[in-house]
Amino acid sequence: MKAAVLEKPKAFYDKFERKGKTQQETTHYCPGCGHGNLHKIITEALSEFGVDDRSIIVSPVGCSVFAYYYFDTGNIQAAHGRAPAVATGLKRSNPESIVISYQGDGDLAAIGGDEILQAANRGENMTVIFVNNAIYGMTGGQMAPTTLVGQKTTTSPYGRKIENEGYPIRMSEIIATLEAPVYVERTALVDFKTINHTKRAIRKAIKNQIDKKGFSFVEVLAPCPTGWKITPVDSQKWIQQHMMPYFPVQAFKDVSDQRESMEIEQRDYSDQEVLDVLGLSQLGEKKQVPASFIENFPTQFMKIAGFGGQGVLSAGVVMAACAMNENLEVTWIPSYGPEMRGGTANCSVILSNSRIGSPLTTNPNVLIVMNGPSLDAFEDDVQPNGLIIVNTSIVDRRVKRDDVDVLYIPLTEIASGLGLTAAANMVCLGAYLEYTKLIDYKSLFEIVPLAIKKKHLVDTNLKAIKEGVKYIRENYSR
Amino acid sequence: MTEEYVEIDLSLPSMKVVSNLCKGCGLCIEHCPKDCIEFTDKFNELGYKYAKYSGEGCTGCGICFYACPEPGAIIVYKKVREKK
Repeated sequence: MKAAVLEKPKAFYDKFERKGKTQQETTHYCPGCGHGNLHKIITEALSEFGVDDRSIIVSPVGCSVFAYYYFDTGNIQAAHGRAPAVATGLKRSNPESIVISYQGDGDLAAIGGDEILQAANRGENMTVIFVNNAIYGMTGGQMAPTTLVGQKTTTSPYGRKIENEGYPIRMSEIIATLEAPVYVERTALVDFKTINHTKRAIRKAIKNQIDKKGFSFVEVLAPCPTGWKITPVDSQKWIQQHMMPYFPVQAFKDVSDQRESMEIEQRDYSDQEVLDVLGLSQLGEKKQVPASFIENFPTQFMKIAGFGGQGVLSAGVVMAACAMNENLEVTWIPSYGPEMRGGTANCSVILSNSRIGSPLTTNPNVLIVMNGPSLDAFEDDVQPNGLIIVNTSIVDRRVKRDDVDVLYIPLTEIASGLGLTAAANMVCLGAYLEYTKLIDYKSLFEIVPLAIKKKHLVDTNLKAIKEGVKYIRENYSR
Repeated sequence: MTEEYVEIDLSLPSMKVVSNLCKGCGLCIEHCPKDCIEFTDKFNELGYKYAKYSGEGCTGCGICFYACPEPGAIIVYKKVREKK
């Protein structure tokens, strides 16, 4: 006799081989766990819509961490709470995929609370299924943000107290207040009626994504008989008696009929467009540099330090960009040590002819000090035979060490003479390059117009570089 | 509802609990509107006292299928609807 058969949906694997060598036909979930019912509902919907081959289920951390054992779809397992962020990446890079973020209440409402809000607020075209069982199931029944007031868990052995832990979070209500989501509904798994309701809601949430309507969120109140320490049948009654009065089962938002299908523009950017956006269009071909220059270049471990506002960090950027333009390897890293609290700043710059491992210059061979505290802080760290450049306009003492080369230059006064005290950093770079002759100081002229944001100050900065060069020629010619 | 057609030697409608996939949670028994599913006294390979169809009363409504958390533990067979 011919019969219509209702059985395991096609979007499940025939055998759950990822589960291990035995019990490849049953889930790892406890008897009576709601995850199984939901998996069935989801797989059935995916099969019916014919999208199982282009679906990706993002499993969370929680009991459903192993959801990828079961779904014969694309699968990825995200770090705790980050499923919406991972799902965003999947959807953006594969706009035709159907991405389902499957998360529990510990994952979504606690550690991933912000990820879900931001994804919802962006209106990502994805489906989020939020399994709320008011407890941390996988780790043994600890209190979750959704745990009910008075509910006993291993971490609230006398019951959740409002004064101590506040009220349970209603995620659907929160998400429904956002403008972007198209569909937010809470359902339950307690009887035929609510299971059918869940089926309809999940279908709608997936259909919305297929129709490119935007963000859909279905919260499902699901039983955790093991965590609640009651039987499966009683746990469904417990949801009805205790959870449903606090977490009303209803639609909170449904504007899918009013929303147009939307697509994010996909385009590739040419190299020229990127340069235009960065304001670097004027940059020509890569500079030709003699091989001997690169080979003979002595690695510069620079530390540039001073007050905030003296252009310490930007001096480092300009120096690094200049050396990069000469085909050298460079790093630049600003340092925010505790001395930052006193309003000082410093950066480490490395210029080298070979690849750089660490960007830190603990022992610089070039130290530029724009103020006194910086000299106090870093003088002892300089390598023997290193170079120290002292801004004598502000630093009122001499360098104590006698095993280093020192340039004393009134950087701030020179810059002030040009009408721009903030150009002291450029005076310094001009002096440094003229003194060491490592790179022609004129190379700075190619970089400064690009690096300085206030274009009307470019000329003054170029003059400042020349003043630095002039000071070295007059005082330190060698 | 996923409907496939199979050849079967059963009086229809009917249902089957795959005994070694049942975890004995009892939800199918709880929700069956015709009370035609019952527990056995025997233990299956997983160590649970499993559910089974009593043999009569099934209307093919499918409630047990969706109430059951296990993907493959319950199969429901119904009469093929006459297409007009």
